[in-house]
Amino acid sequence: MAAHPNTHHDHHELPFWRKYIFSTDHKIIGLQYGITASFFLFFGFCLMMLMRWQLAYPGQPLPIIGQYFGDANMPGGIMLPEFYNSLGAMHGTIMVFLAIVPMVFGAFGNYVTPLQIGAPDMCFPKLNAISYWCYFAGGIIMLTSFWVPGGAANSGWTSYSPLANIATTGQTWWLIGMVFLITSSLLGAINFIATIVQLRAKGMTWFRMPFFVWAQLVTAFLLLLAFPPLEAAAVMQLMDRLAHTSFFLPSGLVVGGEVMEVSGGGSPILWQHLFWFLGHPEVYVLILPAFGIVTEIIANNTRKPITGYKSLVFSVLTIGFLSFIVWAHHMYLTGMGTRVSAFFQTTTILISIPSVIILTALFISLWGGSIRFNTPMLFALGFLPMFGIGGLTGLPLAFNATDIPLHDTYYIIGHFHYIVAPGTIFAIFAGIYYWFPKITGKMMNETLGKIHFWLSIVFMNGIFMPMFIQGMAGVSRRWYDGGSSYDIAQGVLYLNPIMSISAWLLALSQIPFLINLFWSIWGGKKASDNPWDATTLEWTATPTPPPHGNFKTPPVVYHNPYDYSMPGAKKDFTPQNQPVEA
Amino acid sequence: MDIPYIVKPRPDTGVFNAKLGIWLFLASEVMLFGALFSSYVLLRLGSPDWPRGSSILNVPLGTFNTIVLITSSITMVMAWASLMLKNFSKFKLYQGLTILLGAVFLVVKAFEYGAKFEHHMFPKTSVYFAIYFTLTGLHAFHVICGMVVNGYLWGPGSKMWKTQPERFTNRVEVSGLFWHFVDLVWIFLFPVLYLL
Amino acid sequence: MTSEHDQEHHGEHEHHSFEELNKHIQKHVRIYISVFAALMVLTIVTVAVSYLHLSMGQAVALALFIAVIKGSLVACFFMHLISEKKAIYLILIIAAVFIVGLFFGSILFHSDIVKN
Repeated sequence: MAAHPNTHHDHHELPFWRKYIFSTDHKIIGLQYGITASFFLFFGFCLMMLMRWQLAYPGQPLPIIGQYFGDANMPGGIMLPEFYNSLGAMHGTIMVFLAIVPMVFGAFGNYVTPLQIGAPDMCFPKLNAISYWCYFAGGIIMLTSFWVPGGAANSGWTSYSPLANIATTGQTWWLIGMVFLITSSLLGAINFIATIVQLRAKGMTWFRMPFFVWAQLVTAFLLLLAFPPLEAAAVMQLMDRLAHTSFFLPSGLVVGGEVMEVSGGGSPILWQHLFWFLGHPEVYVLILPAFGIVTEIIANNTRKPITGYKSLVFSVLTIGFLSFIVWAHHMYLTGMGTRVSAFFQTTTILISIPSVIILTALFISLWGGSIRFNTPMLFALGFLPMFGIGGLTGLPLAFNATDIPLHDTYYIIGHFHYIVAPGTIFAIFAGIYYWFPKITGKMMNETLGKIHFWLSIVFMNGIFMPMFIQGMAGVSRRWYDGGSSYDIAQGVLYLNPIMSISAWLLALSQIPFLINLFWSIWGGKKASDNPWDATTLEWTATPTPPPHGNFKTPPVVYHNPYDYSMPGAKKDFTPQNQPVEA
Repeated sequence: MDIPYIVKPRPDTGVFNAKLGIWLFLASEVMLFGALFSSYVLLRLGSPDWPRGSSILNVPLGTFNTIVLITSSITMVMAWASLMLKNFSKFKLYQGLTILLGAVFLVVKAFEYGAKFEHHMFPKTSVYFAIYFTLTGLHAFHVICGMVVNGYLWGPGSKMWKTQPERFTNRVEVSGLFWHFVDLVWIFLFPVLYLL
Repeated sequence: MTSEHDQEHHGEHEHHSFEELNKHIQKHVRIYISVFAALMVLTIVTVAVSYLHLSMGQAVALALFIAVIKGSLVACFFMHLISEKKAIYLILIIAAVFIVGLFFGSILFHSDIVKN
């Protein structure tokens, strides 16, 4: 008679819209995040390809499709500066907030985490659904902003005041969209942390958790504690724009030759502090789940335990903590005093240490391994040096003195893109190829996968390596003509078409992947429950695809996460839930 | 497989799921209000002539509102304690008082805001007013949300007492934690805005 | 699933009879009332000290000091932090306070240097 707290073992089937549209099952929600994020990844990529036309051939009409962007954006097919700025601001915003984070945290995190810890679902399934739909709403708002008068936000993804204060309507839409996205992330973070803390299966102690789960846990804490200040800032900028307050407007600001009729007394620097307080942890949100994905795949495809599992865990916890106290290294040019600057330079250099430890542990894990060069492993292996380049190019940026000439140049763009593009996005590809069999019950085609990998890594480098050269030559970011009207840039202008063509070829290189993805769902080779001979619970304790509720009976964990090639074991992998012989 | 620890706590953490969830949420709220407080500090430090709170805001009204919220906090915890003692009618009484006190707080706030608007003092008038209205406005929004949840648990939500009393008690405890937090924020807001 | 006996799992305590639970809750109620009284007194104190002629720095320190005491009373007793099992909560709170404090401090630092 006492009601079950959770009547999910249903005797009646849920209607289609409740089973697949407003589902509360973490796997469906994970897929919803994945599909939506993929759309935004594609959309953001298209924005960049448009920009790269302007950069390679400034002032030239874009052939064939240029006429469809309207006279407000591209009269005669020639891009206006305002439109270029919108493309830039929205490319960044969409890639960071609508594509990467929802993919690595919302999609991979949601689908895999409960399975890997032996839980039936997330702690709060309804909240999970709400998180997704908040994200969806935020995405719609961001997309719609392209069609409002004045176009989308065009003050950079960083929306610095006072420019963002006086920008066109699109900026208000950006702020409102951000409020939805932040809410989605906060609710998601609460869910992840509670799930990992409370719903680990019996025997799943903290140090038996796959590193993927540790990475998701730290990421969730970053989202939980770093996003609220940006939410506060967004509210304040909205009030500045709509209620004519002066949170970020200094006294006596002159716009268009006239003094602004506001109370003044505000601080543009305040916006920067609040933005970067989120902004820096945000970049760790972009990379930590990628570390998690890559670690799973490397362990599985070297057939040996990860070297330095505990170092990985303590490093990721340290990164999480330190990431909150480095933010002003994005603000070295704001006139801060030497004491404050020294503090942030120190913390920034310190945070490079755990990052290096993680990368080193992953490299060392390859030593003595029986490496299988399948597609997920290729992307995971490619991730390592690419992220290495991204990280190492960050070192001069940590120091105030060397940052000053490089700040806001293409060097910066090269630095962070190496980390996110051939970094995180490669990890995403690796994860898709790896977990595809668990989700669909089919294997993806290896030949198409290898073609996808080799083309992608070549063209990624073609786009981003020249950026360091341009940056060191002094080419600023956000110049809509790519430097063609600047003396200092003349010597490196030749790189623009090279980068642009690489970008367009990178787009074409995704075709084998897309064909592979869709074809394999129906025509792919049938996969067993554990085609990779993996040790973690999502492969060993649940069928393919996992049913609602994941496990028929709660799994019990006996082993560490990466017990590959254990001495005396019958097989070269020991599932985590395999009972220990008495 | 059902989701465990919805009602009974997990032994090693000592909490049921929703309690951990609400504490995590409150941690994020600390960061939200903390960011606004930090903004207040930066703006005030950068300002040549920041007015003293007591010269602009009504200290007796603010003190009264502080007492109102603190009282609502104790009625809130008494509502939960009543449920622990299986006394549903006492729960209704205390929960009702909590909601009522929340309403009193909002009425006083509305009166204060109205008085300011009448004297042409709006958020755009100065940065002091901008941060005052934003901080107290966000706080008032949280008071409203708390009242909505408390109202639901007092009204239609209280049906769960008959079928799952422990789970209902947990819900009241969790929403109580949120309510105490709203009180906590005001404990800091009041001296900072009204007295300093 | 649900308990057969009157076992209330109140996080940190297990009671084997309703009478025990009753006594336990009554003890808590007495604590709540004392805390309430303390909070009232501290509120009066907060307002009273604002009439003292202190320098800005001293006034801020004193006001915040009293607010922290009041806040701790609410958190520890009304929100039961003091009797929760693990240091989870204390760590959570400390982490958040620490971060906010650092944020706070850094901004103070920054604006100070800029003014000079």
